[in-house]
Amino acid sequence: MNGSLHRELGLTDEEAVSIERILGRGPNHLELAMYAVMWSEHCSYKSSRVHLRRLPTEGPGVLVGPGENAGVIDAGDGIAVAIRIESHNHPSAIEPYQGAATGVGGIIRDIFTMGARPIALMDPLRFGPPTDARNRWVASGVVSGISGYGNAVGVPTVGGELEFGSCYAGNPLVNVLCCGLLPKDRLVLGRAGGVGNLAVLLGSTTGRDGIGGVSVLASAAFTDDPDAEASKRPNVQVGDPFEEKRLIEATLELLDKHLVVGIQDLGGAGLTCATSETASRGGVGMDVDVEAVPLREPGLAPYEVMTSESQERMLAIITPEALSSVLDVCQRWEVRASVVGKVTATGRLRVLKGWDGEVLADVPAASLHEDAPVCYRPMRPPARLLDGDGMATNGGVPTPPPPTSEADVAHDLLSLLADPSWAFGQYDHQLFRNTVVAPGADAALLRLSAPGVRAPSGSPARGIALSTDGNPRWCAVDPRAGTRLIVAESALNVACTGATPVALVNCLNFGNPEHAEVMWQFSEAIDGMAEACTGLGIPVVGGNVSFYNESRGTDIDPTPVVGTLGLVDRLRPGTPTPALTDRSTVLLLGPSSVSLAGSRWVAECPGSQAGGALAELDLELHSRLLELLAALVNERLVDGVHDVSDGGLGVALAEMAVKSGTGFRVSGITGLAELFGEGPSRVLISVPPANVQLITDRAGAAGVPTAALGTAGGDRLIVEGLLDLSLAEAEAAWKGALPTVFSAP
Amino acid sequence: MALVAVRVGVVVFPGTNCEHDVAEALVELGAEAQLVWHGSASLDALDAVVLPGGFAHGDYLRPGAIARFSPVMAGVREYAAGGGPVVGICNGFQVLTEAHLLPGALQKNKGLTFLCRMTELEVTSDRSALTAGVELGRRLLVPVNHFEGNYTAGPATLRRLEDEGRVVLRYVDNPNGSVHDIAGICNEGGNVVGLMPHPERASHELLGSTDGLVLLRALLAWAGARLEPAGRG
Amino acid sequence: MGNFEALVEVQLRPGISDPQGATIERALPALGFTGVSGVRAGKAFRLQVEAPDDQAARRIVEELSERLLANPVIEAASVSIISPPPA
Repeated sequence: MNGSLHRELGLTDEEAVSIERILGRGPNHLELAMYAVMWSEHCSYKSSRVHLRRLPTEGPGVLVGPGENAGVIDAGDGIAVAIRIESHNHPSAIEPYQGAATGVGGIIRDIFTMGARPIALMDPLRFGPPTDARNRWVASGVVSGISGYGNAVGVPTVGGELEFGSCYAGNPLVNVLCCGLLPKDRLVLGRAGGVGNLAVLLGSTTGRDGIGGVSVLASAAFTDDPDAEASKRPNVQVGDPFEEKRLIEATLELLDKHLVVGIQDLGGAGLTCATSETASRGGVGMDVDVEAVPLREPGLAPYEVMTSESQERMLAIITPEALSSVLDVCQRWEVRASVVGKVTATGRLRVLKGWDGEVLADVPAASLHEDAPVCYRPMRPPARLLDGDGMATNGGVPTPPPPTSEADVAHDLLSLLADPSWAFGQYDHQLFRNTVVAPGADAALLRLSAPGVRAPSGSPARGIALSTDGNPRWCAVDPRAGTRLIVAESALNVACTGATPVALVNCLNFGNPEHAEVMWQFSEAIDGMAEACTGLGIPVVGGNVSFYNESRGTDIDPTPVVGTLGLVDRLRPGTPTPALTDRSTVLLLGPSSVSLAGSRWVAECPGSQAGGALAELDLELHSRLLELLAALVNERLVDGVHDVSDGGLGVALAEMAVKSGTGFRVSGITGLAELFGEGPSRVLISVPPANVQLITDRAGAAGVPTAALGTAGGDRLIVEGLLDLSLAEAEAAWKGALPTVFSAP
Repeated sequence: MALVAVRVGVVVFPGTNCEHDVAEALVELGAEAQLVWHGSASLDALDAVVLPGGFAHGDYLRPGAIARFSPVMAGVREYAAGGGPVVGICNGFQVLTEAHLLPGALQKNKGLTFLCRMTELEVTSDRSALTAGVELGRRLLVPVNHFEGNYTAGPATLRRLEDEGRVVLRYVDNPNGSVHDIAGICNEGGNVVGLMPHPERASHELLGSTDGLVLLRALLAWAGARLEPAGRG
Repeated sequence: MGNFEALVEVQLRPGISDPQGATIERALPALGFTGVSGVRAGKAFRLQVEAPDDQAARRIVEELSERLLANPVIEAASVSIISPPPA
């Protein structure tokens, strides 16, 4: 065996030694390929596992925590919610449309694998500045890919984020969250049980899609013929939403009819992962016949069959008696089904060439997961945070922003407004008659209902709220405090719809983990997330780590993204949204402390700059605010509500104005730091004057500060002493920002 | 009120995705709804048929181009010829035009993007199964959700549609470039109707509009009226 | 019987508005291509047909184009037989 082959496959020398120890002999090419994909960063979480253990994962409603295909939460009424988020950053950088489309397809499979009907997608997206043509091409392609796949597969996209930043120019972030509903008793886990049971491959044929690093084997094992080599190159994965739609319906029907013992989707590492995971979780072994796998093109080598990432495939574990019924269901939905594996008692994953043929690979199934290496990668804070003795310090000293005229303030505010419906308007966000609050508000609010998953008749309509949140600017200043703020903001966003946050998933987008500073950022972010989740009582039920987000040697800013699930006990019409009502009083709930460090104004408006620390998060105050706000919303004491987030009070007020076509006049905001500064636990509410006293009293009793800022109405945006802008101009800037920049050639 | 619930068949092609929404909205109005698989050719014992939205056969080739050859479409043709009410919503409208049960075609939206948003419609004819009894000129808020909703037809066809009062619904603020702002049309008998907007998505007070119920109720009334003299056998 | 390869091009009929073609045409000057006009977007299909001769192959392909590949309300199909069978 070629001594450097394992290195070309991405395995270290130590890993190669471990494999030999596990097998008691040297691995063959196929076995080496299987270990290489399973022990890759993507599949094994080898750099992150030691850190992820610090996250709180338990809570009263958690039915399934991290480690399965999706987290599952008990929502009451016999209904459970499955939720997961994943990244598809690197494929989207190469082929934006298909990268995003296959990302959507993959996350949906994770949800219906659990027995849940997928009912909602959210897409937090980050791109390089749209002033550059290539960034526009990537962003447009990703949005079209989500629209093209998500709409056709029949899962509504109910929200997400759309952000631009220069660190994403060569490395966009395409994160995708999916949420589904299931009757609690239909919950299935991805495991094989019962010796003699069959593994049935459902869905698409297998081709050379996504065979990345292991394609080295082609050149290691074969010829110098350039044409032959070219044909072995991995293909861009192409999504087929119609195949996936039929796969969803067939899978849910199989589960409804209790025809499967376990089921697993095929994602990263393809058949190797699905067969070894189901076997090792079930404490059994599996024989796989590579010749039984339907191929898209002739001539695939066994390592290609076993590591292909062809889309729209599932592996169902069934009893032999169920086979004919399973084939009937699949035939009705025009879904291909082939028996490719048999459950054995050996604990080994064997790859065979024909059931009675040659044994091509023979490894302990569990070793592909459980024996994967754990890396304790070195960590180091950035130099700016080290004092002379190498000790961490608290960052720099704030630079006061330059004095600015009223015209400059208006100009800056207008440049920070952008209506994201350029993207959301291309997504079906209404399917299933569930969408109570549509994309563009602080959080999406949906009915807790899906075809085949309804609450008992007569019970009140209940709801789920979803919000995804990230903020690389905060995390660049301080990954730990920044991540705390992100968790807090996400919880506050769901509370804006009246929901109580009950669970969180994370998608951790970071740079190269071999850079000590990146690992430090990662570790800090985990600690910040653990602190905030513990403080707010929100368990982490799943997550995804995406490392190596870098371009031209520069790591992206740390970008942990969280998705928060909230529950509303009783939905009523008229949920308040970010809007002002004529003659209502505008109140700020929450503390006044803000910081310009890591603020959007500082990042995007030339001439302003600030270092320093982020505003402090008081977790106890934040918990009280979440409860108070949800109550005020559910009792309909407020007409409009909006979380004060990036862009500070200035942007939050302006957004409420343009979304409702109602101006405002506020006072008491004395300077730019107060107008554009950002801080946690702050919400704007638009309140009928008759309710002001009651709300102030309730807030006082809850220990939440309030400030009356002014009154809504009129056709101007007025902050006394700082800003006087026409509503029409603000509306035009907000509505036109993205369509204008994206209409450039 | 009729004592017998109106029975509506909701046709499901592989790739259809609005079937449950339509069925649920109709059931909430007191109808019975049953899903009809595209492989079944018989539509007997149904009082109305809806072809719901979605992406039948993935919308591959053209929306509706493959679905029109499904066995169920022979049944739909026969059912419509017998005067039975048939409504195509969004993808269902596309299928009906491909099957030549309604004239014209639906092209890509003028802006070349998928559009999902609320639209304001004006009822411009009350001679269809979906608008009978609805006041002419009434404005309805009903969302659209399509990439190919830009209605087009030759001048002679358009003239006939206009002259015969077969333009059933028009957009107040045309979102997709449809000729004459057309959002929905019907056949000569008024019993076959196609529209791009989704009435079932504007059918509950939690969903921001209940105006779609105006149209769905009209359909049930039309279907119920056909039952009443003899009842259902 | 021979095996014929056919190419079917489906285009919008003249006079039917073609927003895709128009958008492509509008983008061209900015890329430095001047003097390009009449851009029409369409679809192309390649297929192999078993038939006694190329006339028969053409008839089959024309019929399936009319019935399935094109929507005659807005589209027209043109068929070329591009590979005659070896003698």
